[in-house]
Amino acid sequence: MDILRFITAGSVDDGKSTLIGRLLYDSKSIFQDQLEAIEKAGQVNGQINLALLTDGLKAEREQGITIDVAYKYFSTPKRKFIIADAPGHVQYTRNMVTGASNSDLAIILIDARKGVIEQTYRHSYIVSLLRIPYVVVCINKMDLVDFSEEVFLNIQKQYLEFAKDLDLKSIHFLPISALNGDNVVDLSASMPWWKGKSLLGFLEDIELHTEEESPAPRFPVQNVIRPQTTEYHDYRGYAGQIRSGHFTVGDSITVLPSGLKSKIKAIDTYAGSVNSAYAPMSVAIRLEDEIDVSRGDMLVVTGQEPTTSQDLEAHICWMDQKPMTPGSKYLLRQTTNAVKASIRSLEYRVETSTHEKKEQTSLALNEIGKVTIRTAKPVAYDPYSKIRGTGSFVLVDEGTNQTVAAGMLL
Amino acid sequence: MTDLHRLSHLDQLESEAIYILREVAAQFERPALLFSGGKDSICLVHLALKAFRPGKFPFPLVHIDTGHNFDEALKFRDDLAERTGEKLIVRYVQDSIDQGKAVEEKGKFPSRNAIQAVTLLDTIAEFKFDACIGGARRDEEKARAKERIFSVRDEFGSWDPKLQRPELWNIYNGKIHVGENVRVFPISNWTELDVWEYIRKEKIELPSLYFSHRREIVWREDLVFPVSKFISLDNSDKVETRTVRFRTVGDMTCTAAVESEANSIDDIIREIQVSRTTERGSRLDDKRSEAAMEDRKKGGYF
Repeated sequence: MDILRFITAGSVDDGKSTLIGRLLYDSKSIFQDQLEAIEKAGQVNGQINLALLTDGLKAEREQGITIDVAYKYFSTPKRKFIIADAPGHVQYTRNMVTGASNSDLAIILIDARKGVIEQTYRHSYIVSLLRIPYVVVCINKMDLVDFSEEVFLNIQKQYLEFAKDLDLKSIHFLPISALNGDNVVDLSASMPWWKGKSLLGFLEDIELHTEEESPAPRFPVQNVIRPQTTEYHDYRGYAGQIRSGHFTVGDSITVLPSGLKSKIKAIDTYAGSVNSAYAPMSVAIRLEDEIDVSRGDMLVVTGQEPTTSQDLEAHICWMDQKPMTPGSKYLLRQTTNAVKASIRSLEYRVETSTHEKKEQTSLALNEIGKVTIRTAKPVAYDPYSKIRGTGSFVLVDEGTNQTVAAGMLL
Repeated sequence: MTDLHRLSHLDQLESEAIYILREVAAQFERPALLFSGGKDSICLVHLALKAFRPGKFPFPLVHIDTGHNFDEALKFRDDLAERTGEKLIVRYVQDSIDQGKAVEEKGKFPSRNAIQAVTLLDTIAEFKFDACIGGARRDEEKARAKERIFSVRDEFGSWDPKLQRPELWNIYNGKIHVGENVRVFPISNWTELDVWEYIRKEKIELPSLYFSHRREIVWREDLVFPVSKFISLDNSDKVETRTVRFRTVGDMTCTAAVESEANSIDDIIREIQVSRTTERGSRLDDKRSEAAMEDRKKGGYF
């Protein structure tokens, strides 16, 4: 069994929380005591309010909106699912980016009565920017348009038209009614024209494959394990999680950013040493030579080095109340590395609902733009489009300690 | 991502948890692992072995002892500390009560669950812990479903669900001001069933409480409660002996048992797979109000 992590995106009243509630309810993933708790809390149009399953905070239940990401879990015999239920409001864009950053798939909800709206553009742009490999566009509330195939096909056409400008590799469409459960877990009798799978059937069967066939081996070092006991007197293991590719005993290794070289002597796990390991395994690597390696360094296979530079170009999503202005200094965290950095320039801001590039001097909360950054020390990285694990970073304001930006390197 | 999906879901979850534990070791000066003797924190200790052996843990195990624990859980705790050779620190809620810092609840169902936070915050201050690792999971409760893996608490130990830091990819930001601390939840993404399947796969030892045994009980609000010196019985209570086991282990005053014949891990997994109630359905402390957990977390509770 594997894990599929997905996010749901949609405008405030498109029914995201209801869809998740329905998915959990019809797949029998809701427990009796949870049901009793939401039944007690009241009904909507004579039905239990499934949205209450995900809106876990008092303020959310009071206002009937989702403020922050909620993570929900369910599994079928085929797969374990982790749902990031992200808010749709533009003012919570940063929370949607948070949920999207770890997702393999995005469900974008569209209200069948409204068709593609501004929020659909915004959410699709974020999905494309974060390079979520799969998109499922669920056209919801089909019950309110008489389950019309024509309405469904028109919205599909409209979406494909604007998605041409986006970097979405795999787009699928589904007509559903989250409120009544049509095509969510079970196929709907009201839409006999629909020959595809239900949403759950689709999520269970979709084959997850790589962005790249053979990604380059990347191992950021987290800690150095040195027991200094009699038994392990000379033990020096570099602990970390393999971000991409494979490592095998005997591989020639380059340490970045220093450029020092060695070979892999052993790959250790608690259960014993292994001959090779691959992403995303957490292991400890020992090298043949005693060279200087510490947290923040990256071990790569010699000949497959990433870029190492102090000048970076990136898309960033600004996440702080205080706007970003060029010249400001931050702490840049990428893999296990932390380095001082300053934003040199803002090249443009992206209007997420139209994808237009606008000239602007600063980025406000929830705005996305392209920047150039200078770091105090060289950073080893891959473009985000090649390897998400080494091409992503966050900026931390050293005064407030807040995470103020999410970045994707070009 | 081909590679990612070659690892089973348990291997992926394990690798993620080890990565998080190692981030704690790297980013904090004085972390601690909060250990209760329950299955989730026992899994955390097992994951720490995987993350740091052959070295020692870069943190002590800390138990906030409410004084209402099951003897079996305490014995298991002490044995585990001895077996691993790791440092165990115990602090007592009774001491906080004696010092007048915490007030014992009155009534028929007194629980020390909420005042545990007082002793925890004092312990954090005493040792200047900047990070506390805990075994909470997001599937347990709806407020927990909202919490980040690195959850920043202010100097009062309080969680503000509206002011959480964005948490992106697997880049965790553990930077805090003096006096603040971070609660870290390495098994956030695990479900109850994942924990049990992991215990089976890794052959992890558990206290006998989790397996069926004969025990004296009373019924309270449709829940089966163990008879102990910590609950007051009156004439309306009928003490019976039943075959039970515990699905979750907390205080004897707030943890209900379930009637069960399951006495192996396989039996337990089969039982959970068909269960129609959540694990916390047997915790009285969560049934007090709609937002019981959220309110406790705002007050410094784990």
